[in-house]
Amino acid sequence: MAQNTIGLKAFGGYIPRLRLQRKSITSANAWIAPNLVGKGKGERSMGNWDEDSLTMAVEAARDLLGTDEDRSHIDAVYFGSTTLPFSDRLNSGIISAALTLEESIQAVDVSSTQRAGTTALLQALNGVSGGVNKEALVCAADHRKARAASAQELEFGDGAAALSVGSDDLIATFLGSHTLTVDFVDHFRGSGEEFDYGWEERWIRDEGFSKIVPKAVAGALEKTGLSASDIDHFVMPCTFARLPQKLAKMCGINQDAVADPLGAVCGETGAAHALVMLVYTLQNAKPGEKVMLAHFGGGCDVLIFETTDLLATMSSKRGIVGSLADRQEETNYMKFLTFHGLVEWERGMRGEQDKKTALTTLYRNEDTVMGLVGGRCTETGVVQFPRSRISVAPNKPTVDTQEPYKFADRKATILSWSADFLSFSMNPPNHYGMIVFEGGGRIMMDIGDVTQGEVDSGMEVRMVFRIKDFDDQRGFKRYFWKAVPVRNAVPAAQAAE
Amino acid sequence: MARGIKDKVAILGMGCSKFGERWDSGPEELMVEAYLEAMEDAGIEPTQLDAAWFSTHIDEIGTGKGGTPLSVALRLPNIAVTRVENFCASGSEALRGAVYAVASGAADIALALGVEKLKDTGYGGLPVANPGTLNPQLTPNGSAPGNFAQLASAYRAKHGVDKDDLKRAIAHVSVKSHANGAKNPKAHLRNEVSEEQVMNAPMIAEPLGLFDCCGVSDGAAAAIVTTPEIAKAMGKSDIVTVKALQLSVSNGLESQHNSWDGSYFHTARIAAKKAYAEAGIENPREEVSMMEVHDCFSITELVTMEDLFISPEGGAVKDVMDGFYDSDGDVPCQIDGGLKCFGHPIGASGLRMAYEMYLQLQGRAGERQLPNPKIGLTHNLGGAPSQNVCSVAIIGAHDA
Repeated sequence: MAQNTIGLKAFGGYIPRLRLQRKSITSANAWIAPNLVGKGKGERSMGNWDEDSLTMAVEAARDLLGTDEDRSHIDAVYFGSTTLPFSDRLNSGIISAALTLEESIQAVDVSSTQRAGTTALLQALNGVSGGVNKEALVCAADHRKARAASAQELEFGDGAAALSVGSDDLIATFLGSHTLTVDFVDHFRGSGEEFDYGWEERWIRDEGFSKIVPKAVAGALEKTGLSASDIDHFVMPCTFARLPQKLAKMCGINQDAVADPLGAVCGETGAAHALVMLVYTLQNAKPGEKVMLAHFGGGCDVLIFETTDLLATMSSKRGIVGSLADRQEETNYMKFLTFHGLVEWERGMRGEQDKKTALTTLYRNEDTVMGLVGGRCTETGVVQFPRSRISVAPNKPTVDTQEPYKFADRKATILSWSADFLSFSMNPPNHYGMIVFEGGGRIMMDIGDVTQGEVDSGMEVRMVFRIKDFDDQRGFKRYFWKAVPVRNAVPAAQAAE
Repeated sequence: MARGIKDKVAILGMGCSKFGERWDSGPEELMVEAYLEAMEDAGIEPTQLDAAWFSTHIDEIGTGKGGTPLSVALRLPNIAVTRVENFCASGSEALRGAVYAVASGAADIALALGVEKLKDTGYGGLPVANPGTLNPQLTPNGSAPGNFAQLASAYRAKHGVDKDDLKRAIAHVSVKSHANGAKNPKAHLRNEVSEEQVMNAPMIAEPLGLFDCCGVSDGAAAAIVTTPEIAKAMGKSDIVTVKALQLSVSNGLESQHNSWDGSYFHTARIAAKKAYAEAGIENPREEVSMMEVHDCFSITELVTMEDLFISPEGGAVKDVMDGFYDSDGDVPCQIDGGLKCFGHPIGASGLRMAYEMYLQLQGRAGERQLPNPKIGLTHNLGGAPSQNVCSVAIIGAHDA
């Protein structure tokens, strides 16, 4: 039982807009994988070519944080993922830079297990509980690859969730947790390997889930003094049909408490999925409900929360419900394979350009590149991107008057644009244009998540943190910001119905 | 205002290589081709050259940096050679350097030569630029057509022009240049095209199709300049002099400040005003006889007609469709085919424009000769609409 009252303060979610229709996968692979044809139902989320676990985590965190520029209240950030873009470069540090969090922040990557998301959350709860941190941000995201014609290709999805942990203004109180660590290898991904290697499903179901989960659940119930029938929402990622219901029954949890694993509309988002399902559940939950969160993998984490009246304050969040409503059907399986690097395709000579990044330049301009921070002249009020010693103000180029000015959360529109078929693009045509910001400033930037014919001058856009370039030669990725259309997504409450 | 350059410098001779896909020639051969023609036209010996200005934009492809590529290729007598580079306006920079040297008295006779060997890249279009270490981290992986195409979206938004109407107007720009280029034996592209062909061509960068984009060519062009007095002393008649040479360079306003609407060239308007003032031109629509403008893309030419104050603001579409800029129009534009059809070997283009004006003013333009032109304008642009350098030069008959 937690010593003092701590819990969740807010949530955010992000599911990429593209939804690959599973039928497009199974029909393309029917010749080689006829056993999977029956699984060609529903859709799975699919990151665009410029999305990875890190960019998705940033988007989920931005949903959580809102547009308030003051983010000094966050003093720790945890990032749980099994698809960290860097093995040795602090991934949570990149998130911190993109979110323009304070330098004094504690940033931690949690990986190597499907429980990375729940473990990151537990670590954040421990930090706040122990008084080390006041408010911790937890992000979880995964962007897993699977071989063509594999079951995983159909089951997996891409997505991210974010939670903040603190001790006041809680939307859900943390009641307690229990963790089992068991080296049960249902699947593994060797260091440096791209794909999972899995064992027989029946063994995973019977010896894994069915024995480890009930034991962990029982431990959590015992620690919190709750009975299984108290649980209103049983949130547990699982791709086996009907298994969550069976596990609930084994644990004594009501059948109607079993949360939708979102397989039909999203797919399993790996280490993020417990948190993705939790956010989805919180968006549909009522105050005073008990939510059990479990994630199986190398053992099992079980956490129990109780929602509060403040849950209603989260109604404006996009979360997972809003993300799922903002969707674009993708039926081109080849595009999916190409985005995942599973096809050797002809990029043309323009695709040969060396994308080596000058790390000195990157560091010198860190808040410009990573945080989309420009400048505002303290004398004229003129804002600009990027900052410069001499300001761009027409007829009054003041010197050394620029203070940092954040652009990432400001309203913007497209002034001029083109859809370029000539330059190299992972998803042609290459859309880019001059983006003008309300309140001043403009940036010539990439326009993402659009289809041909959709863009026009005057279109409202918002900023997203994305991969700018891949440096395949050195294993580096450049990140920067792009403009995407502001779409009138279905209001969260309506979409949930 | 400074006293200016008007009539202080005469063009003694000019030369221009055949432009095109010159698989047979490297930059050295192209330079020699333009140089020998210019020297023969000027009627001087190499030892009479006091200094040279050499323009080439993309040093990575063959030509190299510094002044030595020119000096070695032409075996110049160890005179000063300065390499200049200012994007696609580099050729005008070479001319500016040579003209200023003569005007200052530092040189009696100076050479300006520009070259570009683009067809050693292995692919179509301009080479991919490599602009430093910060820009690649911030700016889109764009292309020249993608940058210039944006003029169209902003122009339409500003003037309320229908998408199809603008597409047809810029198509006419290209049709006119193809008709002109077909008459020029040195031009890269010598085929006439129809409006329908232009409008139905494959899309390069919306709304620019293949025929909205200029040729990517190999070539070189050269000018030899001196004072009018020396030219006269050498027995030259029909002397052509420089009336104005202006260059305006973006300071980041267009790309960073919301006062620019994206539909025109801020620098072109400044350079044009200064050039008209320097040359003493008060009504350019009436006084300019002909123009060679930087028609890297059809939309560039269209908006430039307004930037040079020939067409009224928002009036370029009508003027273009009325044939105002056709070879038989009031102000013929791109009479040699322009970048569109003569071709665009970057470092040579500004000098190629001056070459056509020079030939026309001397009545030596052959099949495409205009009746009695007095004042020619060249407009040479480098960069992208949102950040660029723009040169406007006016040359004319010495007595004009």
